[in-house]
Amino acid sequence: MFYREAGQYKATYEADQAIFPIAQDRFVMLAMLAIAFVVVPFVAGEYAYRAVLIPTVILALAAIGLNVLMGYCGQVSLGSGAFMGVGAYAAYNLAIRLPFLNPLVCILLSGFVAAAIGIAFGVPSLRIKGFYLACATLAAQFFGDWAFLRIKWITNDTPSGSVNAPPIQLFGVDLSSPTATYLIALSFTLVLGLAAKNVVRGHIGRQWMAIRDMDIAAEIIGVRPMYAKLTAFAVSSFLIGVAGAMWAFLYLGSWEPAAFSIDRSFQLMFMVIIGGLGSILGSVLGAAFIVLLPIFLNQALPPLGAAVGWKISTATVSHFEAMIFGALIVFFLVVEPHGLARLWSVAKEKLRLWPFPH
Amino acid sequence: MSLRRMLVMSAAALAAGMTVVATAPDPAWAQNEQFIPGLVYRTGAYAPNGIPFADGVADYINMINARDGGINGVKIAFEECETGYATDRGVECYERLKGKGPTGAAYFSPLSTGITFALTEKAPGDKIPLLTMGYGRADSRDGTVFTWNFPLMGTYWTAASVAIQHIAKEWGGLDKLKGKKIALLYHDSPYGKEPIAALEIMAKKYGFEFLKIPVPAPGSEQKSQWLQIRQARPDYVLLWGWGVMNSAAVSEAGNVNYPRDKMLGVWWSGAEPDVLPAGDKAKGYKALMLQHPAGKFDVHKDIEKYVTSQGKSLAKPDEVGQVLYNRGLINSMVGIEAIRTAQAKFGNKPLTGEQVRWGFEHLDLTADRIKQLGFDGMMGPLKASCADHEGTRLARVHQWDGKQWKIISDYYTGDDSILVPLVKEVASKYAAEKKITPRDCSKES
Repeated sequence: MFYREAGQYKATYEADQAIFPIAQDRFVMLAMLAIAFVVVPFVAGEYAYRAVLIPTVILALAAIGLNVLMGYCGQVSLGSGAFMGVGAYAAYNLAIRLPFLNPLVCILLSGFVAAAIGIAFGVPSLRIKGFYLACATLAAQFFGDWAFLRIKWITNDTPSGSVNAPPIQLFGVDLSSPTATYLIALSFTLVLGLAAKNVVRGHIGRQWMAIRDMDIAAEIIGVRPMYAKLTAFAVSSFLIGVAGAMWAFLYLGSWEPAAFSIDRSFQLMFMVIIGGLGSILGSVLGAAFIVLLPIFLNQALPPLGAAVGWKISTATVSHFEAMIFGALIVFFLVVEPHGLARLWSVAKEKLRLWPFPH
Repeated sequence: MSLRRMLVMSAAALAAGMTVVATAPDPAWAQNEQFIPGLVYRTGAYAPNGIPFADGVADYINMINARDGGINGVKIAFEECETGYATDRGVECYERLKGKGPTGAAYFSPLSTGITFALTEKAPGDKIPLLTMGYGRADSRDGTVFTWNFPLMGTYWTAASVAIQHIAKEWGGLDKLKGKKIALLYHDSPYGKEPIAALEIMAKKYGFEFLKIPVPAPGSEQKSQWLQIRQARPDYVLLWGWGVMNSAAVSEAGNVNYPRDKMLGVWWSGAEPDVLPAGDKAKGYKALMLQHPAGKFDVHKDIEKYVTSQGKSLAKPDEVGQVLYNRGLINSMVGIEAIRTAQAKFGNKPLTGEQVRWGFEHLDLTADRIKQLGFDGMMGPLKASCADHEGTRLARVHQWDGKQWKIISDYYTGDDSILVPLVKEVASKYAAEKKITPRDCSKES
């Protein structure tokens, strides 16, 4: 009843090609953005910012980056943790060696460094596919781990190999408060996410999808595999690199190479798979799911246990958290293999007919 | 109900639940309570070492509550949060716990180098001190730059200095180090790399060859490293490991027949979980002590009376009196004494982190006071100050005889002629990077 596009005429090509062709979608999106930018700063406490919102927003960008590569171009990657690390260390080195640069500029520039490294490690994708490519990108991950630990220049010769982010300032204004940090992260994610959405809708994105669906056929109709695959690696690494720099500068503040280990790569991959391959919205939903569920379980279990008169110890909570988390992921993938984004589109289909389904 | 519908319902319920968690107001706290948070890891790869420490921390706090009714009448509220040794979960726990209680968290002790690094950036903003007893950044002993960090009782550079002193003593003097070869087998993380700077300086000064052998985390696989040790034949091996890496190193040394009494672990490599899995191979292995030994002392009688016998302890009976359990006790004792010190200035009421920080900085545990607290024989006197956040540079060495740890040395003191310039250099580099102006200690009260 409310979600109907009847009467919304598209008189121009622009209207026809809009990201949200349906007016209701536009209103919902604008309302959500208004909530994220205006309402949240009024209601969220510091815990919500630092533990929930900031990591979710940053990892959402990383998941978008991985989704460009995996979901749109069909190239499996297990090196996303390392690309995040490249972004983080590139931003650190830019900030240390070029002290006149604003840290926020460093965050953005670090994406280009990550893109260059991404292209280098994307070269094998021209010859190998599928599981074999996963192995090759795994090499990127291990190379990253090695380089961050052993090449002393990268960590500016600090004795322990851990490095610190510079204070975040803009025009002399201190931006380290949780609200400011959140808004910075949200702005980066929004602008770059929007850019990614438009890239995947444009001719480059269509080439990626052609490669994903059948690379030989794509080549025959004139898609250059090298160009398509390497641009996918570049764009993906750029986004992941910026997310990594934000993770380091805005969330951790001080980090060691373990922050960008193989676990991070798997975490991002789960986000993309659970959120939905080939969907920008899915990346955001997946990131929210993977970040929030363990925290929620960890906090919800003790009161639930207390309600039935069972005092759960810290260790038991943690075991239950792992078990329920794992079980839920399996359940999700069985029931909805296309991820949370598919759930969303099913809901939209239903809404069009509601309340009078055939 | 179809599965699909169940899925939608559960997703909706989850979203609602998360909103509640994220926006729930804090429950009302009893007004006269001091909140102490516990970042623990009872699960994961490092759990065998994390559990006894966490139990010691909790038991001492429970004992103070049961025996004295809190600190000068201010009851302690205590809550644990599981980090699994992961930095991002540690940060989440910190954010969750820092505001609890009427005055917020008194101090944090993360027992993880990674979490310590991350919290070092956050603590100054939140004005909460970090008590990192025997770990964390070695240069954080410089209180003028690291206002909120307290690596009390020892840093890794102190440990490195003491380790070299002990080896020299075994060989008959510092001059005997010349021409010898000492290897450092270390956990390849900031934790393991921390002593390298100090060891390199000492290698230059005393003329021994210094060999660095990294072990990738978690360290359960060390075949190639021990092959390297067999080829290089170092005269001594320093072990800088944590968790499974320690027992793996000790067993692997047994496999390649490297003499165990030529191995010296840091104080995080010298507890029961590090040697028991290696069985007989661990016999003769030595490790530094963060001053305190294993065994039971006066304080354990009160723990037994007020906590263990009441069934309030999570610790297994044989765990009480182990090295890491005792370290947990000391960790809580030092924190509580800092609160008590601060109470003398600010009054017997729940204190803020800022006030507790003052307490840490003016903490003065004399030998008499330590005896009074029941820790006689476990530690030497400790006196912190604005400039010195370490408080003491004493350490001893103990050796595993196959059944228990035996103390084999007297107290050594870390050599400040080496340590002070290094601390100054690295701390001022940190201050420059972070744009911190060091405090002037002569102006502090």
